[in-house]
Amino acid sequence: MPIELKMPALSPTMEEGTLAKWLVKEGDAIAAGDIMAEIETDKATMEFEAVDEGTLAKILVEEGTDEVKVGTVIALIAEEGEDASEIEAPADKSAEDDEKSDSGEADEDAKSEEEEDGQETDEGEKSDDGETAATEPTNVLDDASEAKPRADLDIPEGTSMVTQTVREALRDAMAEEMRADDRVFVMGEEVAEYQGAYKVTQGLLDEFGPKRVIDTPITEYGFAGVGTGAAMGGLRPIVEFMTFNFAMQAIDHIVNSAGKTNYMSGGQMRCPVVFRGPNGAASRVAAQHSQNYGPWYASVPGLVVISPYSAADAKGLLKSAIRSEDPVVFLENELLYGHSFEVPELDDWTVPIGKARRVREGSDVSLVSYSIGVGIALEAAERLAGEGIEADIIDLRTLRPLDKAAVLESLKRTNRMVVVEEGWPTCSIASEIAAICMEEGFDDLDAPVTRVTNEDVPMPYAANLERLALVDVDKVVKAAKAVCYR
Amino acid sequence: MAKQPAKKKSESKEAERERPPQPDRYEADKDQLLAYYRQMLLIRRFEEKAGQLYGLGLIGGFCHLYIGQEAVAVGLQSALDGDLDSVITGYRDHGHMLAYGLDPKEIMAELTGRAAGNAGGKGGSMHMFSVEKRFYGGHGIVGAQVPLGTGLAFAHKYREDGGLCLAYFGDGAANQGQVYEAFNMAELWKLPIIFVIENNQYAMGTSVNRSSAEDQLFKRGDSFRIPGLQINGMDVLDVRGAAEVAIDWVRAGKGPIILELKTYRYRGHSMSDPAKYRSREEVQSMRDKSDPIEGIKKDLDKAGVSEEELKSIDKEIKGVVAEAADFAESAPEPEPEELYTDVLVESY
Repeated sequence: MPIELKMPALSPTMEEGTLAKWLVKEGDAIAAGDIMAEIETDKATMEFEAVDEGTLAKILVEEGTDEVKVGTVIALIAEEGEDASEIEAPADKSAEDDEKSDSGEADEDAKSEEEEDGQETDEGEKSDDGETAATEPTNVLDDASEAKPRADLDIPEGTSMVTQTVREALRDAMAEEMRADDRVFVMGEEVAEYQGAYKVTQGLLDEFGPKRVIDTPITEYGFAGVGTGAAMGGLRPIVEFMTFNFAMQAIDHIVNSAGKTNYMSGGQMRCPVVFRGPNGAASRVAAQHSQNYGPWYASVPGLVVISPYSAADAKGLLKSAIRSEDPVVFLENELLYGHSFEVPELDDWTVPIGKARRVREGSDVSLVSYSIGVGIALEAAERLAGEGIEADIIDLRTLRPLDKAAVLESLKRTNRMVVVEEGWPTCSIASEIAAICMEEGFDDLDAPVTRVTNEDVPMPYAANLERLALVDVDKVVKAAKAVCYR
Repeated sequence: MAKQPAKKKSESKEAERERPPQPDRYEADKDQLLAYYRQMLLIRRFEEKAGQLYGLGLIGGFCHLYIGQEAVAVGLQSALDGDLDSVITGYRDHGHMLAYGLDPKEIMAELTGRAAGNAGGKGGSMHMFSVEKRFYGGHGIVGAQVPLGTGLAFAHKYREDGGLCLAYFGDGAANQGQVYEAFNMAELWKLPIIFVIENNQYAMGTSVNRSSAEDQLFKRGDSFRIPGLQINGMDVLDVRGAAEVAIDWVRAGKGPIILELKTYRYRGHSMSDPAKYRSREEVQSMRDKSDPIEGIKKDLDKAGVSEEELKSIDKEIKGVVAEAADFAESAPEPEPEELYTDVLVESY
């Protein structure tokens, strides 16, 4: 039997890629470790190495082919003793794989199938690049993409929309603000020549040059301080953390230097810096790389904290954050980077800081959430609708200052509230919302405000345990029904 | 992630880093000498008064006095271009504010927590600012001002305004990791910054040699290729001479430089420090032999300044400080509404 070579998953969020170039041709002898092809993901161009020995019998996917799904058989290798010239391409093999990886559940299969093939490549990559989250996709939270948020009422009628990933939207936000204001620059690990560890800064170096797109050493505490000082000195820094997990090294400058200076100086010394990067659980990166810092930063007076869900909000809020005179912590989500949303095609699309968005209208129960939790809430709402429960969904978007009015208004409509948060329950945003509802919406409550969050444990690595630890649609549906006494 | 393209062989840095010349003692004219004397004396008398007000309960919290170290701030800041250069320091910051010519009344009123203080009474002793004068604080976390100052230097270079940053920190802060993160970036990007280590020999109660594997702190930049100079920080003219060399170095685009100024604080680390970790004799001996204010009197004498002239300056300074203290005691506290202002700049 010939060995099937399958399209590998080369990042935690990769679902498909472009087979850019074959570096071997049919009939070539292949040894383990030979570089077979170049594959472009949404983040980078990767080299694909052979794991097996034999002779390349058939190329099934020609170079230059876009949107090759992970797990698709791209070539066949004849083992020793097989005649490469007699091997035929199996009919419809690739189509079958296509269907599989389309649905969320089949992703699991695609993953386990591709594990053997992908392993060597992944390991090689990890030693290269230990700090980035290079793991297998499990897509525990990925089903969030299926639900579509309703059109934004803030967008003028007749505005044409363009489909963009969150990653592209963030990049465009930075590029637009850098074009408009030469005080704006971006600094961080791998933001320039590498084009961003998660490719959010892709292309910025080419357009703006090394003066404004600055690779830093791995020195979070130091460069967070340098960025903060540059803001004190009148510039508009965007400080990228490869992830907010590493920003704990820098939290003194975020809280003590950036957050408090304006107050301590009696309003003399402003600090218009944006700290941004992925936050929250990624995928299979375990305890030290999977944490939501939203509640931490949101507890600090003097900081603005933003955590968007959609690409339109990511773009519009990042532009507002860069323009703000205040220090902003901008919490992105790695699992959302590759998700596509409709973004208004406007010259200057901004979203106001401190305003929540009602993403779904309903009168039976309020689901309040932010970041990736909004996708989970949307999917839960679809399920609940099937059971006759209409959910009102509030995307907080900004965690500080929190849009209390939007939360209380929704509570008034539904009299029941579930807070959905991809993060720990203790001292969480959910806890804060519960307190707000108790203090200022008590008379509107027909049931206890309920927190649906991650489990109160460090993030485990094992796939099953990770799935159990994370907030999911089932938990939200159950809680929503409970507060509706159903 | 993408494989990195094969690394270009990094251009080998010159084997021997150029070194700045050994500074000479500055030759000040009579007016300059008088100005230094006046400023150092103002700091001394101001700090003595602050100590008294602390004892009376008019100043609260932590209060770190600069007595003994006056020559450092005065010698360095007198050499700066006030319209261009920026200064940042830690929490022992009253002297640096005064050396910048800021109104003693405002500084004392900040110490007593009054609305007329330079931060409206919200910052206090450790958090003083004058953005107008390019004085960026006044930072309470040991060592934090070093990366922040590096950021100010980054802004100078980014704007190509020709300015530099003077970032002060103590021998205690010199052991903070973030200082070395800042050293690395400052040299890597050739930022215009003078790192000033005010080595007053004690990090609170721990002497330099009990806390520092390398106690010659001017060498701490060696592994980042940042040259360092060790200077007598008790002589304002030695300090000023070093400032000239350091400023020339930085303005020539040669990147950062470290000045270690050997100095001594006569008082405890803060007002609440009984300073049991050193002997009275040690302190007295420093006062007798190395006092910066007594020291400059010899130069003033040589320049033909009479004893009477100095006495009249002393009297005048006493008056300025007394006025500042009266003002700081009688000025009103901030309005209660001020509690909620300046948290954020914008309304959302």
